[in-house]
Amino acid sequence: MKKRNIVQVKDLIAGYDGEIILDHISFDVLEGEIFIILGGSGCGKSTLLKHLIGLMKPLSGQVIIDGNDISNCDEITFKNILRKIGVLYQSSALFGSMTLAENVSLPIQEYTDLPKKLVDTLVKIKLNLVNLNGYENHLPSEISGGMKKRAGLARAMALNPKILFFDEPSAGLDPVTSVELDNLILSLNKNLGTTMVIVTHELPSIFNVAHRIIMLDRQTKGIIAEGDPNYLKDHSKNRFVRNFFNRQSQNYERISESLKKNRN
Amino acid sequence: MKSIEDIQSCQYEIAETEDGDITIYVQGRMDSSNASRIIEIFGSLIKDRQPLSMAVDLKKVTYIDDFGALVLVELKDMMTRANGLFDLQNAREEVLFMLDSETLADTTSFIKIRPPNMFIRFGDAIIQYAADVKYLISFVGSVCIAFVYSFLHPKSLRMEETFLYMQKTGVDALPVVAMISFLLGLIVAFMSSVQLQLFGANIYVASLVSLAMSRELGPIMTAIIVAGRSGSSFAAEIGTMKISEEVDALFTMGFDPTRYLVLPKILASVIVVPILTLFSDVFAIFGGLVVGVFMLDLTANAYISETIKTLTVFDVFWGVFKSAVFALLISWIGCLRGFQVKGGAASVGHATTSAVVSSIFLIIVSDAIFTVIIRYLR
Ligand SMILES: Nc1ncnc2c1ncn2[C@@H]1O[C@H](COP(=O)(O)OP(=O)(O)OP(=O)(O)O)[C@@H](O)[C@H]1O
Ligand SMILES: [Mg+2]
Repeated sequence: MKKRNIVQVKDLIAGYDGEIILDHISFDVLEGEIFIILGGSGCGKSTLLKHLIGLMKPLSGQVIIDGNDISNCDEITFKNILRKIGVLYQSSALFGSMTLAENVSLPIQEYTDLPKKLVDTLVKIKLNLVNLNGYENHLPSEISGGMKKRAGLARAMALNPKILFFDEPSAGLDPVTSVELDNLILSLNKNLGTTMVIVTHELPSIFNVAHRIIMLDRQTKGIIAEGDPNYLKDHSKNRFVRNFFNRQSQNYERISESLKKNRN
Repeated sequence: MKSIEDIQSCQYEIAETEDGDITIYVQGRMDSSNASRIIEIFGSLIKDRQPLSMAVDLKKVTYIDDFGALVLVELKDMMTRANGLFDLQNAREEVLFMLDSETLADTTSFIKIRPPNMFIRFGDAIIQYAADVKYLISFVGSVCIAFVYSFLHPKSLRMEETFLYMQKTGVDALPVVAMISFLLGLIVAFMSSVQLQLFGANIYVASLVSLAMSRELGPIMTAIIVAGRSGSSFAAEIGTMKISEEVDALFTMGFDPTRYLVLPKILASVIVVPILTLFSDVFAIFGGLVVGVFMLDLTANAYISETIKTLTVFDVFWGVFKSAVFALLISWIGCLRGFQVKGGAASVGHATTSAVVSSIFLIIVSDAIFTVIIRYLR
């Protein structure tokens, strides 16, 4: 069965008042795929994500989610698209005045008519999934940064959306929790077929979960690499891309040469 | 008997035997969009037919998530309560896995923390209050230390910041202070003229307006406007910095947050609010003048000379002095409430409200004290 495109970006130009950050970008995400967006700091990953979820309007071009153009559609279609996506923000964005349980139950109560008891059970299941059992009645200000991330994830996937968007999910998590998060991503992807679009820098987690990646670049304001990270690691034509995956500094070669000279 | 109905993206078919056994063949999706409808329909089915046993066949289900799994658990519960049997047929592995997972096995919902009883809350409030007072005192202390330090090291004061706050608190507030004072002068003049006219003592309207405004109403009105405009914004600004860890950052960089954030605000307020009060006096007298000239047939000349005759330098200075004290209280309580912010956005809102309410309260209380003092002083 040929998989269909669930996210399509066509000739997107994005930027902030006059300053162009992304120039003529096009790519597709297939249904059921784990798609990772990479790039150096400040190259516009969060900006791209904001366009994908309709928070920002493109200067030109289209973003199509599940067949509907998110940047140019009526209110009802937009609401329907929002129902299909879940977002984990870079800073968690939990509501500070609500407990974790209330945060997670908010979308469930809004979009379903389930009885209170079942909603509570669901909240418990979701918080269990991210290892936060026992923290139902805590306020976001009473838990750590990594726990906030996980609670934000629980809220994002409360309704089992078709597509999950993550902005740096593993930043601030310890390696063990980070691996658990990867496993959670993989199992959601396998069991529910959830499509994932992830912005991350964690190399191990990229090799662990990614089906496909794109890499953005600040200078060219475009995509400099696209494909399977394991292949790109050794075979990319672009030296920066190889260095990124092998965790080497841009001037690694120069430095190692001068080190050799010094030794002689 | 068989029937097919459509529940959004999910269809079902019911097979019923003579003995009261029901089998439901479900096909399509069981997810968050139809979970509550499925429970409703099958729940009422159980209630109406009261079957001895119920089986749900999941062979043709294309998608099921934890919402769907929960529906099955709920149906099982319903059957158990009605003393019936419940069975799943053709459930794929992942469904069974979801049902099995310990989270679902224990469907008791977590315990919500109940609000404690009245006595505990009362005690909590008192402890809270004591802590509040303690913090208040230590805050006064740290502000005093900051003042002394800045006095000894004048360079450490952030002059630019102070000028900025002087503009925000003073210059930007001038239009609204002028407008309100003018109208207040108008109102006082008009109200008093109604009485004074009976005695043919129109000219005393000028005395009344100038005295009342410069000693009491001018300072108080100005202070209340400043409390609403600037006291609240001080609290919101510092509170937001507090929750985004900016205050902590200042601290670890070796700045004293009190000196860095509070001092410019207090200094600016104490300098500009008395000036605002003077403006307020002038505009109020002008308001009274308008009533005097256009409604009471006084000449502008007579009105002004009566005003000058009534007002002593002491009256004006007393009002200005009081307004300086009010300014100190407003900026101090605004910053204090900002520093007391804990947690999230709601707490900032609370601090802002509390800053305005406490400063207005303090303004009135201190004014009452001043009135008593002046009564015995002279
Ligand atoms: N609100 C804004 N207004 C103007 N420019 C912005 C704004 N937000 C971001 N930018 C600019 O857009 C560029 C891309 O920012 P973005 O936040 O998308 O980077 P990023 O790739 O997510 O970086 P990081 O990995 O550090 O999160 C940056 O150069 C930044 O200066
Ligand atoms: Mg970012």
